[in-house]
Amino acid sequence: MDFLTIIQVLDSTIRLATPLLLACLAGLFSERAGIFDIGLEGKMLAAAFFSAAFAATTGSAWLGLFAGVCASMMLSGLHGLASITFRGNQLISGVAINFLASGMTVLIAQSWFRQGGRTPSLTGDARFTSIELPFADTLQDVPFLGPIYSELLSGHSVLVYLAFLAVPASYWLLYSTRFGLRLRAVGENPAAVDTAGISVIGMRFAAVAICGILCGIAGAYLSTSLQAGFVKEMTAGRGFIALAALIFAKWRPWYAMMSCLLFGFLQAVSLRYQNIQIGDFTIPVQLMDALPYILTVVILAGFVGKAIPPRAGGEPYVKER
Amino acid sequence: MDVMPKWADVILIPLISLLLAAIISALVILAIGEDPIAAVKMMVAGSLGSTYGWGYTLYYATNFMFTGLAVSVAFHARLFNIGGEGQATLGGLGVAIVVLYIPWPHWSLALVFATLAAAAFGAAWAAVPAYLQAKRGSHIVITTIMFNFIAAAFLNYVLVNLMRPKGSMDPASAKFPKDMRLPTLHEILEPIGISFSRAAPANISFLVAIAACFLVWFLIWRTRLGFAIRAYGHSETGALYAGISPVRITMIAMIISGALAGMMAINNVMGEAERLVLNAAEGAGFIGIAVALMGRNHPFGVFLAAILFGFLYQGGAELALWTKIPRDLITVIQALVILFTGALDNMVRMPLERIFLWMRRRAS
Repeated sequence: MDFLTIIQVLDSTIRLATPLLLACLAGLFSERAGIFDIGLEGKMLAAAFFSAAFAATTGSAWLGLFAGVCASMMLSGLHGLASITFRGNQLISGVAINFLASGMTVLIAQSWFRQGGRTPSLTGDARFTSIELPFADTLQDVPFLGPIYSELLSGHSVLVYLAFLAVPASYWLLYSTRFGLRLRAVGENPAAVDTAGISVIGMRFAAVAICGILCGIAGAYLSTSLQAGFVKEMTAGRGFIALAALIFAKWRPWYAMMSCLLFGFLQAVSLRYQNIQIGDFTIPVQLMDALPYILTVVILAGFVGKAIPPRAGGEPYVKER
Repeated sequence: MDVMPKWADVILIPLISLLLAAIISALVILAIGEDPIAAVKMMVAGSLGSTYGWGYTLYYATNFMFTGLAVSVAFHARLFNIGGEGQATLGGLGVAIVVLYIPWPHWSLALVFATLAAAAFGAAWAAVPAYLQAKRGSHIVITTIMFNFIAAAFLNYVLVNLMRPKGSMDPASAKFPKDMRLPTLHEILEPIGISFSRAAPANISFLVAIAACFLVWFLIWRTRLGFAIRAYGHSETGALYAGISPVRITMIAMIISGALAGMMAINNVMGEAERLVLNAAEGAGFIGIAVALMGRNHPFGVFLAAILFGFLYQGGAELALWTKIPRDLITVIQALVILFTGALDNMVRMPLERIFLWMRRRAS
């Protein structure tokens, strides 16, 4: 494996980690506020479809992104209605949202485009094009650092940079602002927040809305940047890998980035190589596919550090009367 | 004191939820430019209008009965087993191993041991998340989701690398021996003079599923263990004071749940496909969630809800065949049922409770 191959694998790691990272941060905001969200997958899927559909009809990737975020926000609103307003079971609501997105996207795609549940292929401005960082061309020939800069860091779509900028932004928002403090408090001890005169319901809806926006961007990235158009079930379990990454990161933004890069790397490797040969031993590709899930179970089991979720997670808040 | 009489809780709320789901589904069908009434007529004709249709409806219903019972047993202990899909996948592996590698003298003996193997494999796959929940406090919903993915990858590996016959490109096991075929409803009903479609896949597993409904009812409401499971689900601290061990109940409830989900494989793997293929469970594990919610966690409710979903499945397949409505409509209906009977339960319940309160005040 030479240097250029490594660069290429890492390059595809960044591309594949981006949707995971956005969805993972989305889940982070929601779960930090005490709302479990296993509907990340469905929200991404809905956003992926509506982004591709609007981008295909209007010819603008940005309008597509906007439509995708709106679709994801609507599902977020539904999740909020079920789990905050009506104090329903958050996990069951998430399951319902996943199925709703999975069925509705194909139904709408079929009656809109009549192409067997997919959108037309996106070309030109309907896709997010890659951005060349300054001096990428001139620095290309510098040994070692040149390829890292011009191949690995430069030449991604704007959403990739947005996703990685969202990490420090989330960190700042959660740990350095009043809003962040309240949001985290709502997930740990909502009664205390309520006593301080702050609306628990309002805070939780705000968190769920942020979750919807980030999931929307993740979905839009999948269909208008990583790939050119929507196909049935195109999220392919990414929402659940993001959930796994979130637990792996123990609900912290910077660690979320690291775990998403790790899981993105696993995906990149299993895409590039089928079976990996180490000496006489072959690692089957199926093991690589299952590795994020196995790692999550190991982490959850507490054998490698303990993952403790926000204390009020999954519990609807009932004011005492 | 309960605000509502029991019948309202058991019958009225599920029916209203179902009605809401049906109305929204009808609007969806209208929105994609088809006629909902014609669609319902076609679904009824295709799934209940002939013994062929009934054969498919009951075949699907058998799957959903097993997975619905699985989810409901876990629900009684307030555990959400979302891993029915993975447990059913592993159950299929158990069936395939027993039927392919042991020469059985008769299908009935094979069925008994295939059922046991399916239950054992499904139970084992559920036991790990159960242990992690009970002993290490890892959230069972997350671990069972992860185990679904791990099961899919594992089965993929086993089929491609170990069980695939030489020279075959298809990631599937060899065909089961011919004399291991399970009798279909046609063969069961013929001696008593009822003619049933020869081509439909409904088979003797349907009767096993009904037996499972009875056994689960007996277990949950007529045994000491069932009482312990319900007590634990009702109040963990209360159960603890009564000397019920949370670890033991969590393990037992999940093992029973996994075994039921695994047993689904005698229907779809042994009864229908007669070989093990990738993704054999086809989402039945998840439909079990809708079935359990709809059936209010009671075996009889699960039985009815499973037949309802069997009807939706077969009817949806007919729609996809004859109209422009894709099969994914069923996924939407399934989502709406889960949403209304599960997550938005209070939305239906709160106004209804208010109506009952008002009626009671007027009466007194």
